[in-house]
Amino acid sequence: MFAKGTKRKFSDPGEEPALGAELGPVVRPLSSTYSLQRQSLLDMSLIKLQLCHMLVEPNLCRSVLIANTVRQIQEEMTQDGTWQIMTQALAAAQCPADRLVATEVLCRPSEALAAAQKEEEEEEVVVAAAMEEDVDSEANPLSSSSFLPAPFGAEPGWEDEEDDSEDEDSEECPSDAEDVPDSRRGDQVFGTFEIKHPAPPPDPALEELFSDVDPSYYDLDTVLTGMQSTPKMGPYDLLDSLSPHAAPALSTGTSCRSDLNELDHIMEIIS
Amino acid sequence: MGEDAESPKINHTFLRDYVTEADVISTVEFNQTGDLLATGDKGGRVVIFQREIDSKGESEEVGDIGDSGEYNVYSTFQSHEPDFDYLKSLEIEEKINKIRWLPQQNAAHFLLSTNDKTVKLWKVSERDKRPEGYNLKDEEGRLKDISTITSLQVPVLKPTDLMVEVRPRRVFSNGHTYHVNSISVNSDGETYLSADDLRINMWHLGITDRSFNIVDIKPANMEDLTEVITAAEFHPQHCHLFVYSSSKGTLRLCDMRASALCDKHTKLFEEPEDPGSRSFFSEIISSVSDVKFSHSGRYLLTRDYLTAKVWDLHMDKGPVETYQVHEYLRSKLCSLYENDCIFDKFECVWNSSDSVIMTGAYNNFFRMFDRETGRGVTLEAWRESSKPRAVLRTRRVYTGGKRRRGDMGVDSLDFTKKILHMAWHPSENIIAIAATNNLYIFQDRVNPETQ
Repeated sequence: MFAKGTKRKFSDPGEEPALGAELGPVVRPLSSTYSLQRQSLLDMSLIKLQLCHMLVEPNLCRSVLIANTVRQIQEEMTQDGTWQIMTQALAAAQCPADRLVATEVLCRPSEALAAAQKEEEEEEVVVAAAMEEDVDSEANPLSSSSFLPAPFGAEPGWEDEEDDSEDEDSEECPSDAEDVPDSRRGDQVFGTFEIKHPAPPPDPALEELFSDVDPSYYDLDTVLTGMQSTPKMGPYDLLDSLSPHAAPALSTGTSCRSDLNELDHIMEIIS
Repeated sequence: MGEDAESPKINHTFLRDYVTEADVISTVEFNQTGDLLATGDKGGRVVIFQREIDSKGESEEVGDIGDSGEYNVYSTFQSHEPDFDYLKSLEIEEKINKIRWLPQQNAAHFLLSTNDKTVKLWKVSERDKRPEGYNLKDEEGRLKDISTITSLQVPVLKPTDLMVEVRPRRVFSNGHTYHVNSISVNSDGETYLSADDLRINMWHLGITDRSFNIVDIKPANMEDLTEVITAAEFHPQHCHLFVYSSSKGTLRLCDMRASALCDKHTKLFEEPEDPGSRSFFSEIISSVSDVKFSHSGRYLLTRDYLTAKVWDLHMDKGPVETYQVHEYLRSKLCSLYENDCIFDKFECVWNSSDSVIMTGAYNNFFRMFDRETGRGVTLEAWRESSKPRAVLRTRRVYTGGKRRRGDMGVDSLDFTKKILHMAWHPSENIIAIAATNNLYIFQDRVNPETQ
């Protein structure tokens, strides 16, 4: 019934006493089963939001519904007080920043690692990002306000943050990165097909998510740093088994070959 | 339904046994007379079937099969090709999302077909004569040597084998940023609407470089987006009315006379939520996947994940009828969320007299509900049980109580076999069911004596 392969090591941090049970007219069972189920659902939803088809636009309706579900769980967890407890526990931990995937994070003991309290913001942005992927560029395509993502979707603006990212798990192939300086962003229609290797490789799936992100996002430092996260290969192994729709391109950890295949594919389409 | 049903099955894949993705049927639609049936598939192709008129003519004898012909392939053409959005570096699928026929005005037939981004108008015409006897060209079309021409002749039209020509007449492009989910031809015969996730545009059939935006629910900040448009349709008689459904389970009836931009609805149809059955999936399963006006124009039929509902246009407080399509899935919602089945968009249809509604389910099952009695029946679209003239067997999903032979357990249902698309003949009891890559056409032949 639950996500296949998800190791539910995360134990309910708030075995709060009947706190929840006494609240309000709606009696919500705060049993650990319910909490676990809810957590599992949250994890599953976040994974679904991130898994997007590299080459085809993801279904906006589905993304909106999943995002609303995430919001709903979040709200309920905030009301329970579970949310604060979780984020505090995660904040106390030392961790390599950038885990968007809550599964991995929350499956570890709370003292260990996590995405810190960016968890909440990350989710917000994941939600927002899922929306943003379909932002239309109504204006002149060359206007600087809109993004012109290259086939590999690397965002020029992210470049600064890429270097700052604390992601230490750089065994993934970073070949999807495309470094385009800020100044050139407005002028480029097609990115060059350079394949470079910056320090922390952005996940192509993430890049795709944010391909149309409004520049105003850059003002939110924490958001940005959070967004630079490159989820580890680990969770994506489960993800492949979880979702039949997982695009092969997401397995960045495998090799650069997949990305080159991507390139070939795109060249085929264009020509 | 009738006891005696002829069920000719038309296998879309012909000789192939395996299902190629491109052959999956994505839309089915009868034209206004029911003589033509169009299907669109994921590969961007459109196949038009035509009903054969039995040469026996009017059936003088009772019970004669004179007037019910089979549907045979009439024409096939490639409607849309895969495309690439260079701005977003994303592919545009060629899958045909919807086909709608225009009312016939002359000998030719017109239909609109759409993929995610572009709507096209196609002209389907027949040619069964060709001119012969040109003076300057020979039979192959090559220019004749003028010196060999000694006399003049008048070309005559000679009958030839029937040729069906399909030509694109209009291409309505660049109207949509998001994915087009619906098109609907207006009763005025001149305009149609196309709806994507966030906007609805109205086009004139003759003008391709302009369209009017009549609904726009895109928020200023995309982070605030919580609701999308899932389906839209014009009223069958009133050319100023249309309805659109949302992912939150609401229906909005809009009157174009009220203002140019119909963001503000004229009527909002929403069923108050039952607090007792609230779960994390409540919103997802309330999302309306299809909305259809009744032929009378008085009612609306909607489909959400577990139910089909009939609404009275005069009452916006809630549906007047609710039919459980597969309530046994309510306890499986988490699994269905995990495997994404919960996002499947089922269509729903009315019969010609608005007395029966039909919708699809899993395991190649589809359901019909008689509105007068409120009773529903489950039928199956399956090759093995569909020999020509075989009676469609009713099926049952075991949900408790006494188990009968042939009952299916919920866990043995095949969730990859979904009946999402279907159509009902406009005047007769003939239904077209798309089961993945197969098209089934079922006819109900009621003995006139029992009517």
